[in-house]
Amino acid sequence: MGNKQTIFTQEQLDAYQDCTFFTRKEILRLFHRYRDLAPQLVPLDYTDKPAVTLPYELIGSMPELKDNPFRQRIAEVFSEHGDGNMTLDDFLDMFSVLSEMAPRDLKAYYAFKIYDFNNDDYICKSDLEKTVNKLTRNELTPEEISLVCEKVIYEADVDNDGKLSLADFQHMIVRAPDFL
Amino acid sequence: EDEEEDESKEEDNGSQQNRASRRKNYQRKNRDGKKAREEGGQKKDRGKTVPNKDQKESENKEKKTTKRGKEGENKQKKGRKNSTSSASSNSSDEESLSEEELAMLKEQVEQKKKLISTMRNKPWRMVKKLSVLREAQDFVEKFEGALGKGKGKKLYAYKMMMAKKWVKFKRDFENFKTQCIPWEMKIKEVESHFGSSVASYFIFLRWMYGVNLVLFGLIFGLVIIPEVLMGMPYGSLPRKTVPRAEQETAMDFSVLWDFEGYIKYSALFYGYYNNQRTIGWLKYRLPMAYFMVGISVFGYSLMVVIRSMARNANESTADGDDDNFIFSWKMFTSWDYLIGNPETADNKFASITTSFKESIVDEQESNKDENIHLRRFLRVLANVLIICCLCGSGYLIYFVVKRSQTFSKMQNIGWYERNEVEIVMSLLGMFCPPLFETIAALENYHPRIGLKWQLGRIFALFLGNLYTFLLALMDDVNEKLAEEDVVKNITHWTLLGHHNSSAGNDSTVTPPPLDPADVPRGPCWETTVGIEFVRLTVSDIMVTYITILVGDFIRACFVRFVNYCWCWDLEAGFPSYAEFDISGNVLGLVFNQGMIWMGSFYAPGLVGINVLRLLTSMYFQCWAVMSSNVPHARVFKASKSNNFYMGLLLLILFLSLLPVAYTIMSLPPSFDCGPFSGKKRMYDVIQETIELDFPLFVAKIFSYVANPGLIIPAILLMVLTIYYLNAVSKAYQRANTELKKKMQMQREEEKNKRNNKASTNPMLQDLEDLLTPSMKTESPPKHAEDKKIESPSGSSPARKPGRGEALAGSPMAGGRGAALTPLSQVFVTQPRTPGVRAPYPGQPRPWGHPLGPVPGRGRGQPCF
Repeated sequence: MGNKQTIFTQEQLDAYQDCTFFTRKEILRLFHRYRDLAPQLVPLDYTDKPAVTLPYELIGSMPELKDNPFRQRIAEVFSEHGDGNMTLDDFLDMFSVLSEMAPRDLKAYYAFKIYDFNNDDYICKSDLEKTVNKLTRNELTPEEISLVCEKVIYEADVDNDGKLSLADFQHMIVRAPDFL
Repeated sequence: EDEEEDESKEEDNGSQQNRASRRKNYQRKNRDGKKAREEGGQKKDRGKTVPNKDQKESENKEKKTTKRGKEGENKQKKGRKNSTSSASSNSSDEESLSEEELAMLKEQVEQKKKLISTMRNKPWRMVKKLSVLREAQDFVEKFEGALGKGKGKKLYAYKMMMAKKWVKFKRDFENFKTQCIPWEMKIKEVESHFGSSVASYFIFLRWMYGVNLVLFGLIFGLVIIPEVLMGMPYGSLPRKTVPRAEQETAMDFSVLWDFEGYIKYSALFYGYYNNQRTIGWLKYRLPMAYFMVGISVFGYSLMVVIRSMARNANESTADGDDDNFIFSWKMFTSWDYLIGNPETADNKFASITTSFKESIVDEQESNKDENIHLRRFLRVLANVLIICCLCGSGYLIYFVVKRSQTFSKMQNIGWYERNEVEIVMSLLGMFCPPLFETIAALENYHPRIGLKWQLGRIFALFLGNLYTFLLALMDDVNEKLAEEDVVKNITHWTLLGHHNSSAGNDSTVTPPPLDPADVPRGPCWETTVGIEFVRLTVSDIMVTYITILVGDFIRACFVRFVNYCWCWDLEAGFPSYAEFDISGNVLGLVFNQGMIWMGSFYAPGLVGINVLRLLTSMYFQCWAVMSSNVPHARVFKASKSNNFYMGLLLLILFLSLLPVAYTIMSLPPSFDCGPFSGKKRMYDVIQETIELDFPLFVAKIFSYVANPGLIIPAILLMVLTIYYLNAVSKAYQRANTELKKKMQMQREEEKNKRNNKASTNPMLQDLEDLLTPSMKTESPPKHAEDKKIESPSGSSPARKPGRGEALAGSPMAGGRGAALTPLSQVFVTQPRTPGVRAPYPGQPRPWGHPLGPVPGRGRGQPCF
């Protein structure tokens, strides 16, 4: 703990610790992960908050995301302008939410955003189709996909508007044994 | 857009404040109350803290407005507020108002603080979080000082400072604690390659290591080290010396490997300890300590296991036993976000696809009966087969043990006869689990459930193992006890004879003491038991490691390198690579721990060996998994609560407590070895301590407490309490299922209603039109009553009124609602109650607000 680092000021580190689920060491580790993606772009001194963004291509190549079918969506949801390019703040945000310390509610909120491909605050049928296709790598027939989507809406749509709102989604997902 | 919303809210609040800041307090309370009610309804399923949080958020917004709107210092603000309020009212209550303001300010500061502590739970962008955080911190810092004005400002400031320091310390401590968690990176790496089910084994292993470290600390710190430092040195007593006959070979490796020779007469085993009441200049009461440590090993283990079980049970709110959301869960939660390996990802994609297809097939088959019957039949068949296997192996074990008892009486028996039991056991342990797995394939369970079945079955098999071992051990002990009586006399006579002979030669000189190595001694059954357990543990370690080396590593090497020159594809075909055997490893760990618990009383050093074992197997198994195993074909997520493992552990703990308690309570300790030698029973040491070291009244109290007249009622009381608590929890459970059922019915009804709406509404409307003229003469409350009566019968007490009133003002409202529009006054009073109880978010809608196609955004989380 006594080791001096000059990347962040003490206040910055404290603020980051207040805003994420990470400890000081983890924040620094994450910073280095971020920097390792593009050492020539990211400075080693963040005390004056340089506005650096890393393109999605770099973010998506991280081993944590590389094999994830939703990596593009994840990057888009957490990036500030929705284009998948991330600042360090976005990066920390993303890992904070994906970390195991984050509460279910927060995760459910972001999961909803991730599955909401067209950003209309509802998961509608097209979103569901996209999700299924990503999960199965297009190995289901269109009939099967539409059946699955109908079933999902039938099961989870509490207020019967034909699409899943955030409330529907949360109601469904917090009961799932696999949603951790 | 989020900001815009906030903005508008702030404006709204601001204008309200300006208009009537006099009634601000009241209003705010009112508003908060309403909000709380609404949000409480909206977020019932999101945990209890959330409504508070959001409420606070909104309040904070308010406060920000106050601050922004009334720029300036605290005092000015106060004054201004007071003036505005006094303008509209008497100035006489200025004093009370300022106090109110102070209280409010205090409240605000508290809320800001809470906001700071819950900042990380907010789904905001980091930039916003940072800025809000800074603002909140500034606010707190600015007004904290002002609060303590007048009385005890310094004290207040000091308190604040200390609080800040405390927070900082806590954070540092937290950081430190996470740094101390060992192997976090290693486990995460395994997790990313093999999914969380494999990682759960390693997490269990780590937990076990922690528990064993504590046990190790207890035993080494309180028993072994005091004895080594302060007890009589080696060679001073017969029990601490290798007997003359064994001294020749005592240092041979083959002897040491069997834990005979010097190791047998060391502090690692029970027999080494002396029965002196106190040792060293500290007057350390070693026998007492030995006994208490032996008990507290069990006490601590029980406590830890049960505590972690309870914590896990709390965490896992949803068992997932209701199958309302088969497809939804498959769709949204089947991806394991921890996978970071292309191979695993491929497996996962494949398994998701197949599981989707399975469910689709299930869904499409309208006549699933046939399938269900077949599956049921297969499951019953599998269970019958497995029970047959278990019975067969049980009989085999029984038979072999019987035979070995006859063998042991014979002389000149071969190697096979001597080791028959062990060989049969290992063969069973080797072949039965795969057999079970094959049979379990018939059952076609989800792998997570299948794993539990598999674990249970192998557990039953291993229990046979344990039982034979204990049986053989008890035989041994009884034999030794019989032998001991004989030896006791011999020892006595030898010592006497030695005295007499030396006395006869020269009566004036005291006889030279007999060398401790020459004194005849008893068999010391406690040490035998201890050695037996240590041997078993060590051989278990060897077997485990060799199995990993041969079964996993060599196999992987063979498959990898011989594949180039082989007739068929080895990687895809028969041998292929091994999967990580979760059930076997978990059970091995659990049973090993049982051995440790049983053996640690008679072999204090056993825990040390176990700590070493766990440490090495952590590294070794991590390496083996990463180097030579492949991910499971059906990667599945471990459920977060590994209570199943814990349950097994608890069972084993209980089972291992029994024999130890039995030997302590009802077998006499050996007469010439161990800390309890010379006593009738081991627990006599407690009575002795109480009588000799405590004042008289303690002994009296103890004798009262130990009175059966007190113990039996106490046990009775406990049983009754358990019964009562059990009944209460059952009642809760029933209520829970009832509620679930209600919700289900409500949903279905809602759906039906929606489907039927188009057809029924015109009819209803006609009916209403016919009825209204006659009804209009009646008093309005009648309608309300009707509605009230009706709504519970519809099994949706909470929703219906809300819906009714939403319909009432809406342009597309059908039938009832339209006819009842004049009665909207009555309905206005209603929504309070439904608002509180609404089980679904977003039900209470503003009155007269049209039932739009979509309920307004931000209704789930009003403050994004």
